[in-house]
Amino acid sequence: MTYTKRIDGRKLDELRPMEAKAGVIPNADGSAYFKIGKTTAYVAVYGPRELFPRFKQDPTKGLLRCHYGMMPFSGSGERIRPGTSRRAQEISMVMEKSLNPVLDLSAFPNAVVDVFIALPQTDAGTRCAAISAAAIALADAGIPMTDMVSSVAVGQVDGTVLADLDYSEEAYDAIVSDVPVAITHNKKEVTLLQMDGEISKEDLIKALELAKGATEKVYELQRKALTEKFADK
Amino acid sequence: MIINKETIVELAGKDQRIDGRKLTEYRQPIKIETNISWTAEGSARVQIGETVVMAGVKLSLEKPYNDTPDQGGIMINAELLPLSSPEYEPGPPQIKAIELARVTDRGIREAKAIDMKKLCVLPGEKAWFVIIDIVTINDAGNLFDAANLAALTALKAARFPVVDPKTGAIDYKKKTEEPLPLLKEPLGVTVYKINGKLLVDPNIEEEHSYDARLTVAADEKGTISAMQKGGTQPLTVEEISQMVELALEKADFLRKQLDESLKK
Repeated sequence: MTYTKRIDGRKLDELRPMEAKAGVIPNADGSAYFKIGKTTAYVAVYGPRELFPRFKQDPTKGLLRCHYGMMPFSGSGERIRPGTSRRAQEISMVMEKSLNPVLDLSAFPNAVVDVFIALPQTDAGTRCAAISAAAIALADAGIPMTDMVSSVAVGQVDGTVLADLDYSEEAYDAIVSDVPVAITHNKKEVTLLQMDGEISKEDLIKALELAKGATEKVYELQRKALTEKFADK
Repeated sequence: MIINKETIVELAGKDQRIDGRKLTEYRQPIKIETNISWTAEGSARVQIGETVVMAGVKLSLEKPYNDTPDQGGIMINAELLPLSSPEYEPGPPQIKAIELARVTDRGIREAKAIDMKKLCVLPGEKAWFVIIDIVTINDAGNLFDAANLAALTALKAARFPVVDPKTGAIDYKKKTEEPLPLLKEPLGVTVYKINGKLLVDPNIEEEHSYDARLTVAADEKGTISAMQKGGTQPLTVEEISQMVELALEKADFLRKQLDESLKK
């Protein structure tokens, strides 16, 4: 175990500085801004609104659609071509699956709730920032929710289990694993789990236990963002 | 959206507006911020009233075009994100986004605002290419002025990335102190005509109610570098003359706002 001191000096379970705000896009039915370290996500929710094409409509409940997208200048390397990519489509899909378990769309048959995500700058953890922002925006839009979803990446760098890897840690020259996780607040159920790199079963479970505490910190901030918006109304 | 088109037209006839502004008055606040994205070589966020756009500059080293082997290049792209308005849908750029990008592009390109020869590293082999991406965050009207202001601000804020002298590879994570070789600062302003009256900075309802519009891009000396007429109704030469005058006056106003924001 050689990675004992983190590159940016954080404690092992310490997240990068975070900021969150609800209601940042006036045109949207609900919206949010979420920043963790140098990763920033804007999310707008439109709907429930009628879903087209019609054959996609579900007469028993509304449908959640996520549209994840990085701005062309938001990658740490070359410009990213605008428009969707396979990566963006996959992230959109896992976002839907991570948020759906806490949404109750039964009151909105044949409707769709569209969640649009745009990232102006990224430094790892983009899907987690997007999910945490999306959950705030959905609540801001007044979509019925049974629980809150909070997301953060955990992982392992050279044998050390830690929370919220930044890019320099993901790219660290050793065995590294990156585990983006989303956890519900009340039930502590995992709604997003992906992993790349290498990790032992023991470290994985250790990382998931760490994720419970880490997502709790995200939850506190999500809650604060929503209270701040609605407290002065 | 319910548009009070009749009211807007009627009010314009009396030199009034639906939100109480004067015809030639911009919405508040006008906020201009730079360096909103560490991953871009230059970036800006511009807010006019409730309209918010962002622009980011990316620089890359490419082979120059065959007909200009000693010059770099520029490209401007605009995305009307579905995040920014219920009217926009995901998919390839629609004509509104294409026009916005092309009009902004012409204002900067035709003014020869960037010294293209200074972007050349090795004639015929390697030159810097400047790509500006404009994205909308909240479209509450007057994207033309907001996009123009964001593009110019991002250009002014841009710094070249570090290039490895041995391999020639760009290290996008490190920036030099060197700004882009900007010769001029062209800025486009769009003047709208509603019921025979001229106005600037339309809100979203006015944006849906105009007869004609004219975008005029000009540098700080008042030299015009690009124009675009839009809308369904024609314009007389007298009207065009008034519109150009108003556009030049407002370009100066916005340029002052920009200079003040950059001082902070």
